Amino acid sequence: MNEPILSAKDLVIKFSLRGRVLTAIRGASLDLYEGQTLAIVGESGSGKSVFTKSFIGMLDINGWVDSGSIMFEGQDLAKFKGEKQWAAIRGRKIAMIFQDPMTALNPLRTVGMQIQESIELHQGIKGDAAKQRAIETLTDVGIDNAEVRYGQYPHEFSGGMRQRVVIAIAVACQPRILICDEPTTALDVTIQAQILHLIRKLQKQYKLTVIYITHDLGVVANVADNVAVMYAGDIVEYGTAEEVFYNAQHPYTWALLSSLPQLGVKGEPLYAIQGTPPNLFNDIKGDAFAPRNPRALKIDFVERPPYFQVSPTHYARTWLLDPRAPKIEPPETIKAMREKFARYIV
Amino acid sequence: MNKKQISNEVLLDVRNLRVEFRTKGKPFVAVDDVSFHIFRGETFGLVGESGSGKTTIGRAIVRINETAGGEIMFKGQQINGRVSKELDNEVTQKIQMIFQDPMASLNERAKVDYIVSEGLYNTKAYKDEADRAAKVEQALLAVGLLPEFASRFPHEFSGGQRQRIGVARALIMEPDFIIADEPISALDVSIRAQVLNLLADLQKSKDLTYMFIAHDLSVVRFITDRVAVICQGKIVELAETEELFKHPLHPYTRSLLSAVPVPDPVAEKRKRVLYYDPLSHDYSVDKPKWVEIRPGHYVLGNEPELEEYAMLAAK
Repeated sequence: MNEPILSAKDLVIKFSLRGRVLTAIRGASLDLYEGQTLAIVGESGSGKSVFTKSFIGMLDINGWVDSGSIMFEGQDLAKFKGEKQWAAIRGRKIAMIFQDPMTALNPLRTVGMQIQESIELHQGIKGDAAKQRAIETLTDVGIDNAEVRYGQYPHEFSGGMRQRVVIAIAVACQPRILICDEPTTALDVTIQAQILHLIRKLQKQYKLTVIYITHDLGVVANVADNVAVMYAGDIVEYGTAEEVFYNAQHPYTWALLSSLPQLGVKGEPLYAIQGTPPNLFNDIKGDAFAPRNPRALKIDFVERPPYFQVSPTHYARTWLLDPRAPKIEPPETIKAMREKFARYIV
Repeated sequence: MNKKQISNEVLLDVRNLRVEFRTKGKPFVAVDDVSFHIFRGETFGLVGESGSGKTTIGRAIVRINETAGGEIMFKGQQINGRVSKELDNEVTQKIQMIFQDPMASLNERAKVDYIVSEGLYNTKAYKDEADRAAKVEQALLAVGLLPEFASRFPHEFSGGQRQRIGVARALIMEPDFIIADEPISALDVSIRAQVLNLLADLQKSKDLTYMFIAHDLSVVRFITDRVAVICQGKIVELAETEELFKHPLHPYTRSLLSAVPVPDPVAEKRKRVLYYDPLSHDYSVDKPKWVEIRPGHYVLGNEPELEEYAMLAAK
């Protein structure tokens, strides 16, 4: 991995709501490398969807990129104006799939036509050739009897099958980057496993770079090479999946992991994060997580921490990593995870 | 850690329950010959995928869905089918439900005060206005909300707080038994822990019994004492939670367990998901039976399958 395929730098995204301005993304930076699977985790309102929607020009009408850059194939996507420019990128180079496959599909048109439309629009193939391509794509996403299925409507498909169709539409134009926004949240666990497996298969076949947006840390552990943890519009920690799970550094990542029932001890209370995320209408001083962090240092309330490097692939925005910081013990769950880090990685 | 008290008094006993839905034409059997019982003080998990009938069972217990066969006994009295007005009232009061989506399950146009008191109004279970207000206050305090929240509307609250309102609405009736239908699935990770802790605390302080309906096995393992796995309207396996997780026997349970995502990248990347094919059972001649294969561990299968399960269990 050398040059990133996409590189967001100091991105600031704002929305205007009822005459007030909300800062949804507060200077987030991210490098995405070819062939990588990156997972962005965070709770609702952390900005994970807004951040990735800005890569395909799908911010709501009242939102804009205020400053920063998004470099992709030598162009700065942050400077794009108007649909004409975006049409060359969205769907063609960077595609996105969403949580609910029912609302993503048009109920009045056959599944085949919806895939074919995307092929005709983006690849310049027309008519029978496009139909052939659509049927091939249906087969690729694991739908049997593709020729019959081509002529059916979305309501004739189950939830998992519908999500396969949505994926078929996205990959039919052979994009370079596929963004999956909570692709399996609406699905049962066994179907979820199948869809994750399918995305992995297609990733190899079509040489895709994949971004997952999810709050399910189990899914993250399954799919991700790298993980970015988002909180209040900023990436607070980034690293390989192993580094973020087994050697987490930011107190917010600690809190997220500690609150998981899978890692809890039965009969004892789970760790629960107190308070609520900060109001993004206000200016945030210091570390945005400090007011909810029982281990916060004084400086956390005063100055925003810079990124501290933990390893060449792992960095976090927390004063705890400053050489001058006092030694703070992480919660028990995190200590247990660190033992695994020692066992598996080092 | 103090172990919570589970008595051996059966609070709810469901026998051969059958629920049918009739759209024009032939009936669709949503719940088919389901039997289980729940002890007082226990948290009983009901796990299955969408469409398996788990919610229908919950709704049949609170008398929303009519039953087509079988018995539901609550504290020794039959509560399905035709019952007296008094018993109907008692069931409404003593069995409460908490729903999945706190966004959809609260009346947007009503204040919290009304939402929480609605059950009281319906059953006239309060002396006077002052008594009702005091009960609302107590219920809100019990779920960790401030009494002054009573004058607000649901949209003024966050997801976790809304779910607390849903719990308060159930608590105010002083129930014995609460059916929680996916109570944390729609909540954010950070809020899930709060709601799970709240439910556990209330169970201890108010001597509650829970039926926890869920598809998320990781949560079920954390919170339940016993689990029943339901597949296409039939319970295929039932055991104490740890027993079920350590020795799953039915292929459907095994497939469900193998698919659960765990927050551990090395384990996740090593795992192999088992696929369950419902057609793998040949029940054309040899009908399946519900058998206790180990103490407290029940599984559904026909003769050859049961032999196989017994071998598995012995390992």
